Amino acid sequence: MSVPKLELRNVQKAFENKVVLHDVDLAVEHHDVVCLIGASGSGKSTLLKCVNLLYPIDNGQIFIDEDEITAPGVNPNQVRQRMGIVFQAFNLFPHMSVLDNITLSPRKVHGVDRATADARARELLAKFGLDDKVDEYPDRLSGGQQQRVAIIRSLAIDPELILLDEVTSALDPELIAEVLNVIRDLKADGMTMVIATHEMGFARDVADRVCFLDAGVILEHGPPDRIFRDPQEARTQQFLQRIIEAGRL
Amino acid sequence: MTEQSSVGRFGRGPGLFGPRPRSSLREEGARGALIAFASTVIFIGVAVWLVLTSETWPAVQRQFFNWSNFKEAWPVVATGFWLDIKMFLVAEVLILVIALAVAMIRALRGPAFFPLRVLAITFIDLIRGVPIILLILLLGFGVPALQLPGVPRRELFWGLTALVISYSAYTAEVYRAGIESVRESQRMSARSLGLTQVQTLRYVLVPQAIRNVIPALLNGFVSLQKDVALVFVLGVREGVRSAQIYTASTFNYTSYVVAAVLFLLVSVPVARFTDWYTDRDRRRMQAVGG
Repeated sequence: MSVPKLELRNVQKAFENKVVLHDVDLAVEHHDVVCLIGASGSGKSTLLKCVNLLYPIDNGQIFIDEDEITAPGVNPNQVRQRMGIVFQAFNLFPHMSVLDNITLSPRKVHGVDRATADARARELLAKFGLDDKVDEYPDRLSGGQQQRVAIIRSLAIDPELILLDEVTSALDPELIAEVLNVIRDLKADGMTMVIATHEMGFARDVADRVCFLDAGVILEHGPPDRIFRDPQEARTQQFLQRIIEAGRL
Repeated sequence: MTEQSSVGRFGRGPGLFGPRPRSSLREEGARGALIAFASTVIFIGVAVWLVLTSETWPAVQRQFFNWSNFKEAWPVVATGFWLDIKMFLVAEVLILVIALAVAMIRALRGPAFFPLRVLAITFIDLIRGVPIILLILLLGFGVPALQLPGVPRRELFWGLTALVISYSAYTAEVYRAGIESVRESQRMSARSLGLTQVQTLRYVLVPQAIRNVIPALLNGFVSLQKDVALVFVLGVREGVRSAQIYTASTFNYTSYVVAAVLFLLVSVPVARFTDWYTDRDRRRMQAVGG
């Protein structure tokens, strides 16, 4: 059996005295899409930020391929160059044009020259239907457009995997579809992705595997059909029941 | 009663939360402008009349507003004042650069940068805790007295150095406030793209921070533009010192008024510009927010 693209072993994380990740084990195979579901505060977002080394973990190990990225002496900047992360609140740089937002990391971190970086950015923008926004500033874009640019920005460094942290939660309902379609395109391209989401319909549709997080542990995981149709754990059943009652599934 | 007190209490409210006072003035139209103009003319007229008809006015005029003394002192004081302007320009450029460097060092995180952070904080605390005039005397008279080989001995050089050091400490805090006003998510976003701390500061945080603190920096400009005159204590013949010399030989204080006029000619436009800029910036932010 091959080595997973991303693997978490016994990962623990606490903020002050509040334990957010109790003991998380997770393996993501190459080209797999894994969706993390669970109530707010269950640890989905923290898990992604730990993988990106934005939060140092207290215990356990995280691997990309065979490299332990949580080993002492590993340069976090180099680890981050291998993966993209997109946040809930867009977080584009407001003082830079769309083009500069996308090319900043390739040029300054990866040493790509401006012409090459620009060409790559334009190519990605065209692919996702944003080629007319190259020179716009973020505040002139809709939320959906901003989030698509943020995804493109994470793609511009040719990452080995992408982490998506509730990327549609801050969007007006009519703008969600355009962002989800971008993610579907990425899946079609074979991108490895870990997606924290509240969009259950989308998770069922796009995920190869769904993990239900509850109070800092992955309580249940499996193919979407099984998790959504036949959840084994009482907590999963309760969670999905509430989602159905809210009309979100 | 209730209405009146609420007007009094929230008199400045409309500027913050609704139509601005200026636009409400505009709505009042020509009649409002006429009333404003007439009341201003009457107010100033009465004030001037009261001053000019008072018994002591001739003495005041002789000592402070003597036209022949004014004409005589102007070229001398203006020449000195030109030095003030040059000192201001040189100092301001250095201050903006040094303060930014100090603020950036202070903003670095992580244990590895601890010694640098301590250095920056110590610098800021020490310099801000000392009266600026003391620093000018200390460096301006103290360092040349050491007679160190290869070290400049001109009072002007050391006076200016004292000003630059002092203002850099204050301005570093202005920059720091600006850096801290940028949302944490911007830092996280930049770091997640693989940028180092210094790159994050340089490309993401500082450009946004500077935009946020431009009004505060402009206020610093106004303040420094006057404080350069403090080097007169070292005997540097800038504007105030020139006026003092004139006064000493004529026993007439009109030369000080000349100096005041010269300073006002520069500082008032800068102050008006600062207000205009701040106002425009706030309106833009409101436009984006709405």
